[in-house]
Amino acid sequence: MSMRIGVITFPGTLDDVDAARAARRAGAEAVELWHGDHDLRGVDAVVVPGGFSYGDYLRAGAIASQAPIMREVVEAARGGLPVLGICNGFQILCEAGLLPGALVRNAGLHFICRDQGLRVESAATAWTSGFTPGEEIVVPLKSGEGRYVADAATLAELEGEGRVVFRYVGGAPNGATADIAGVASADGRVVGLMPHPEHAIDPLTGPSTDGLGLFTSVIGAVAAA
Amino acid sequence: MPKPEILDPQGQAVTRALTRIGIAGVADVRQGKHFELEVDDSLDDETLHRIAGDLLANPVIEDWTVTRV
Repeated sequence: MSMRIGVITFPGTLDDVDAARAARRAGAEAVELWHGDHDLRGVDAVVVPGGFSYGDYLRAGAIASQAPIMREVVEAARGGLPVLGICNGFQILCEAGLLPGALVRNAGLHFICRDQGLRVESAATAWTSGFTPGEEIVVPLKSGEGRYVADAATLAELEGEGRVVFRYVGGAPNGATADIAGVASADGRVVGLMPHPEHAIDPLTGPSTDGLGLFTSVIGAVAAA
Repeated sequence: MPKPEILDPQGQAVTRALTRIGIAGVADVRQGKHFELEVDDSLDDETLHRIAGDLLANPVIEDWTVTRV
């Protein structure tokens, strides 16, 4: 039986279809999860996809982090369920307290949409186990509030524990602290990143197929557990 | 309000716009949010602080104050 990866849809989510497609392309079964449900439908991992959940009202990700499905995700993640937050999903995971820090308005105030080089800094997470540390990948970046910030103590902890998972190659276009594009939870099961690996799984529609590695990684990580 | 150490590019843009409309002497602008809540008299200060800290503000990046009017 193939692994089941759940993909959450909130009002305003945009990238759930691509995330589900990436999960299927990697060899998993994609399971639709609805924001208003209290049911994770027995999935083995969850993707919180990108978009503008609840229109970014209050703060990006703030309202979605309080949605019924997120209560379930937070509880399951504390038990080790692999969770990946992409773009708005990363913002939601930070707002929900599953990942440290916050995402704020890009330093230049412009929405940035481009193919972006990333360096995979850690292969010690459920979502990057198939990569080699230092490996460079290219995936789309498309966000207006992607500047990662955290206080000095948090940054020292993330760097010291090897929990900076992705860094922008050639400097952060959005002004992110220490060029941080993605971080992980202490147990390496929860990962969030601003760029979009789910848009880079097919040479026909993306700049590379590098993004598929996150989805094949989690399949390997769950199979190994 | 964004914490002092958080770069506020929106505030900076407003500062520059002030120069453009001919106003001198404004060294810095910080942009924040203001919420007006109509609440029952029974809501105590502790609850109001919970509302501010748990939902309205993100304590990672923002400072906040609660004022009864």
